[in-house]
Amino acid sequence: MRTRQQELTGWGRTAPSNATVVDLDERELDARTLRDWSSDRGVIARGMGRAYGDPAQNGGGTVVRLAPGPIVLDPASATVTVGAGVGLDELMRHIVPRGFFVPVSPGTRFVTIGGAIASDIHGKNHHADGSFGSHVESFTLMLADGVRQAVTPMSDPDLWWATVGGMGLTGIITEATVRLLPIETSRCKVLTERVPNLDALLERMTAGDHLHRYSVAWVDMVSTGSALGRSVLTQGDHADYDELVAEHPRAGDDPLAFHPPQLPPVPPGVPNVLSRLAVRSFNELWYRRAPRARWSIETITGFFHPLDMIGHWNRLYGRAGFIQYQLVVPFEAVDTLRSIVETVALSGNASFLAVLKRFGPESGGMLSFPTPGWTLTLDLPAGVDGLGGLIADLDRRVLDAGGRHYLAKDATATPEIIRGGYPRLDEWLAVRRRVDPSGVWMSDQARRLDLY
Amino acid sequence: MNNAVKQPQTVLVLGGTSDIGRAIVSALVSPALRQVILAVRHPGEVDVDSMTFGNADIVAVAFDAKDVSSHEALVADLADRFGDLDVVVQAFGQLGAAGLDDPVAAAELAQVNYVGAVSTGLAVAGRLRAQGHGTLVVLSSVAGVRTRASNFVYGSTKAGQDAFATGLGHALHGSGAKVMTVRPGFVRSAMTTGLDDAPFAVDPADVAEAVARGLRRGSAVVWAPGVLKIVFGLLRYAPDMVWRKLDR
Repeated sequence: MRTRQQELTGWGRTAPSNATVVDLDERELDARTLRDWSSDRGVIARGMGRAYGDPAQNGGGTVVRLAPGPIVLDPASATVTVGAGVGLDELMRHIVPRGFFVPVSPGTRFVTIGGAIASDIHGKNHHADGSFGSHVESFTLMLADGVRQAVTPMSDPDLWWATVGGMGLTGIITEATVRLLPIETSRCKVLTERVPNLDALLERMTAGDHLHRYSVAWVDMVSTGSALGRSVLTQGDHADYDELVAEHPRAGDDPLAFHPPQLPPVPPGVPNVLSRLAVRSFNELWYRRAPRARWSIETITGFFHPLDMIGHWNRLYGRAGFIQYQLVVPFEAVDTLRSIVETVALSGNASFLAVLKRFGPESGGMLSFPTPGWTLTLDLPAGVDGLGGLIADLDRRVLDAGGRHYLAKDATATPEIIRGGYPRLDEWLAVRRRVDPSGVWMSDQARRLDLY
Repeated sequence: MNNAVKQPQTVLVLGGTSDIGRAIVSALVSPALRQVILAVRHPGEVDVDSMTFGNADIVAVAFDAKDVSSHEALVADLADRFGDLDVVVQAFGQLGAAGLDDPVAAAELAQVNYVGAVSTGLAVAGRLRAQGHGTLVVLSSVAGVRTRASNFVYGSTKAGQDAFATGLGHALHGSGAKVMTVRPGFVRSAMTTGLDDAPFAVDPADVAEAVARGLRRGSAVVWAPGVLKIVFGLLRYAPDMVWRKLDR
């Protein structure tokens, strides 16, 4: 066990706070250690710090980071039992060569299993497969009284669905059993298409998403007018053996090879290089070089996690950091979606690489973000004057359309905005008060949003 | 807790009748702002119902800058009642009479402007450290950068307060708590009523805007107007004879 005082932020590098950070092995976690940390400032678990805002920081309190635990793969049942501190990167390096893939992969491999459940993360396959929590069979939860409890959706449905997407505020997940997806190769067969504007994109995704396991669009948030929302749409599936060798005969020798490439990381102290001009030029280039329509074979990293190749890419936003704003609005709220894209494009903020995706059904998590509709994700440099006003304006439009905001990305919401977007908030609060009456689990986000 | 665009939820103004203090709160209004605490000598005389700071709740609480033994308990009590203090503005202070002639009045001024600033500064710093975040905004003055004959007692109290604040900022480095020292020039406010404008005079709203911008950027020192940083950078080295001539 290692303890130190440290200033923490989320991946967006905004709103720092200082906490006692405890690194420990899962076995060292017990009622006594928990009591030692207990103060009125509470405890929160932190994974790899990839939540963008403040859910995994706890000013003046304790932040616990679990060391990666064991990975036990059961090929017969296609499940893996894994320590909550294990990252998807480590997990994939173990399971991909053995013919399995994670059921849901977000845009980065650098999230832990515990974080994946607590944020009920989603990926490009949400329309087909749902969110991460839908693929978890059971987990072990360390409760506020220091007791470890095995939980399944049947054993205690309330606690289960308050913990899936519950931002770590019901306890510390220490281990989970997750259903995996069998794969024949480590590549994906991907259809890449250029789409000239937002309306064409929405039409294209509505018509074609069900044909593919994975589907996502990268939207240019700088273009306006007739090119508003021009995009590159990628849709794909895991390539089977025949598809792989048809394209790359030599890859047949090792069809499950998984060697994620790594470029040099961004050094500390770089200023914000993602100015509007830079973003505009990049987006232009990236749109132009995309094919009108083409099938290709892509690696896992190339298709799912391109940014993982660049270590510390968040430093590209400079000292002030950035906000990742993710919203979902119902399918019928196309006008709201269009008005938001237009407002951001005209606002002069340089939003780099926005992502649009269609969500499928909800998982059942009381605070889980995905709900049927369009989800749009924007990166916005945080140091810009007037950004607060823009976000407040977007917030209101999202709520008016019956939408909501993703807690794992949130860094600017108010209690009213979360209450407006999550109709089951009171139900969740009731479970939280049942399992943690004295508020042992606490984060900066929980304090900011009254999640206690 | 501040959000990612540095909008605070709870703001405490020590010296809540100060024009600049209230202007700062106005500049910090956002949908995130929930509570404004005005710490004043006579809470009963502050009509909070007639004030608006966005949708924030406003309360006035009793505070005496000279009663140094009460400051720690006051801050602890406010934290109990209102939770984390995101921004605390040290806005109290008096101009006092210029003075070669009144040692007692001069010492009183030092009590309020300097001793009170030290005492509240440490009490607030203790709370900000305990919560692991938050900013103490200290309203210093350019009068303390180089003291002049016409208000050297006031200037000296501000010099002391300023030195304390910047030093406190260094002492808090790495704790999550921050200090922002604000050096306004001549501000047209209740405190300066009846005085002629000095060069580069500003309104409380101008100071407040500079403070809000400084908070967004995480500045350690803010000048209002910004040009005073350069002006005083030069004036600091002006020969004494020239400096005395410049004083009105």
